[in-house]
Amino acid sequence: MSDAPLILGIESSCDETGVGIVRGTELLANTVSTSMEQHVRFGGVIPEIASRAHLEAMVPTLQQALDTAGVALDDVDALAVTSGPGLSGALMVGVAAAKALAVATGKPLYAVNHLVAHVGVGVLDGGELPDRLGALLVSGGHTEILKIDSLTDDVELLGATIDDAAGEAYDKVARLLGLGYPGGPVIDRLAKEGDGKAIRFPRGLSLPKFVGTAEAPGKHRYDFSFSGLKTAVARFVEQYQAKGLEVPVADVAASFQEAVVDVITKKAVMACTEHGMENLLLGGGVAANSRLRQLLQARCDSAGISLRIPKPSLCTDNGAMIAALAAQVVAAGVAPSGLGFATDPGQPVTQITLSDLHAA
Amino acid sequence: MVSMLILAVDTSALATAALVRAHDDGRTEVLESFAATETNAHAEVLAPAIGGILEQAGVAGGQLDRIVVGVGPGPFTGLRVGLATAQALGFAWQVPVDGVVSLDAIAWQVAHRAVEPDGAGIAAPITEDFTVAIDARRREVYWARYSADGRLVDGPHVGAADQVPAGPVVGIGASLYPDALEAAGAHAVPGLDRLQPQAAALGAAAVGLLHAGEALRTPVPLYLREADAKVPQAMKGRTA
Repeated sequence: MSDAPLILGIESSCDETGVGIVRGTELLANTVSTSMEQHVRFGGVIPEIASRAHLEAMVPTLQQALDTAGVALDDVDALAVTSGPGLSGALMVGVAAAKALAVATGKPLYAVNHLVAHVGVGVLDGGELPDRLGALLVSGGHTEILKIDSLTDDVELLGATIDDAAGEAYDKVARLLGLGYPGGPVIDRLAKEGDGKAIRFPRGLSLPKFVGTAEAPGKHRYDFSFSGLKTAVARFVEQYQAKGLEVPVADVAASFQEAVVDVITKKAVMACTEHGMENLLLGGGVAANSRLRQLLQARCDSAGISLRIPKPSLCTDNGAMIAALAAQVVAAGVAPSGLGFATDPGQPVTQITLSDLHAA
Repeated sequence: MVSMLILAVDTSALATAALVRAHDDGRTEVLESFAATETNAHAEVLAPAIGGILEQAGVAGGQLDRIVVGVGPGPFTGLRVGLATAQALGFAWQVPVDGVVSLDAIAWQVAHRAVEPDGAGIAAPITEDFTVAIDARRREVYWARYSADGRLVDGPHVGAADQVPAGPVVGIGASLYPDALEAAGAHAVPGLDRLQPQAAALGAAAVGLLHAGEALRTPVPLYLREADAKVPQAMKGRTA
């Protein structure tokens, strides 16, 4: 038994209801209930459906996590919850439950940033995070490059998607190709049978006017755009269909995936190189993508950057990442968030935890 | 039935909470109550308010006999805040949580003439079946029919205001679409047409149901409407 704080974390920012329990950097439970199946027929996450599912899943997920960890709620030193960014109605369920637990137990509550938690989860798989750290987060809701000077009080957003998230682009392209939802795994699988160079799809925000140079960076040097790519795939598919030709699905999947992964990895490595980040952490659900891992590893190797990828169950949305970040925050002596905070669907990465509005 | 200590929560309209003691003679006494003034800050204000009223009353959560929570109908996001809060409190304190139709709270106030008179005053007591209606947006109301003594006889439903039964209508929904009510042969009751569900009355309504030997509800939301979701064109005709 260590002296490290025992933390229970709750996550409900999208379609996963997660409750995780950690002791310092040791993972004790990571229970996740997903409403993914209910979104399949819509081809994407429907916020109201996700919110309804969070309410149904919350107490059973809490119970299961405590059972798995073999701890009682009263043993916990602090509670943590995602306050944002995410879907407003979905966040509200987790925050309401977490505040109720805090009222009931008298334990301190930390409102933490979902994106920074995707980085903080790294401590659960491989121990303490290195200095000079960057993070590339790729999921259905996010595509960001972060610079982590301190996990608990200094995180900077270097770049982000200006329209669709990468995972969202996968879902939309999968829908175009009639491949179902979610799009990531099926496109990744089909891409292995296709030629990634068959079709030259556009690399968003890669023109010199957007990228600039290291000395005179363009407005979108580290930013992403996948909306135009999705449209390009749609046009390509329509042209084949208009001619009555069979769409070369595997080649489209491979070429689309190559376009996404090429631009993501190039910009991430460029950001690392230009900001003195010798270490890169990959997080988010799309971290499971085989081509992304392969190309990112290769490009990091060439650039002398050490790449760290937590195991898949920690990369997708979960409560353990919320608990893991909170454990670091508690250890750093940051004050709890109190009970009066609001959810913040657009919470910036610079707000790692919300501060107590009512504290003196 | 022995005296019971009940925490009541309702967020179907405003964020409200109350600590109610039910005496064994059927009387209910409101020990503490809270009602938010903002309509869009349920997740911010509810938990601290509950902590505050328990502290004020010197009651520990474990001393509660029961938590009752309004299951709606009402705007979904706010409604879920009350349910998630009540369920998590019950889980942590190991106190049973039951649901009550939120409109029952208004019906109880009307049937028990437990309404603070406003400037307009309150008309003669209602001696016939009446409808409780609240705003469901989209030019619709959530409504249910109650007997003169406040017992639910039909509903709750969601629909256009001209679909409510003829007769007296109370609750904030009564004031929204007077023309539609008139077309239905219904009419708003002056002085009772601004009422919204409140936890204190919800707790009293729950006690009334228990005294009448009726079961309370499972604490899950009465949405009455499907989640607003349309299957995209490209997905139609395909099986997942």
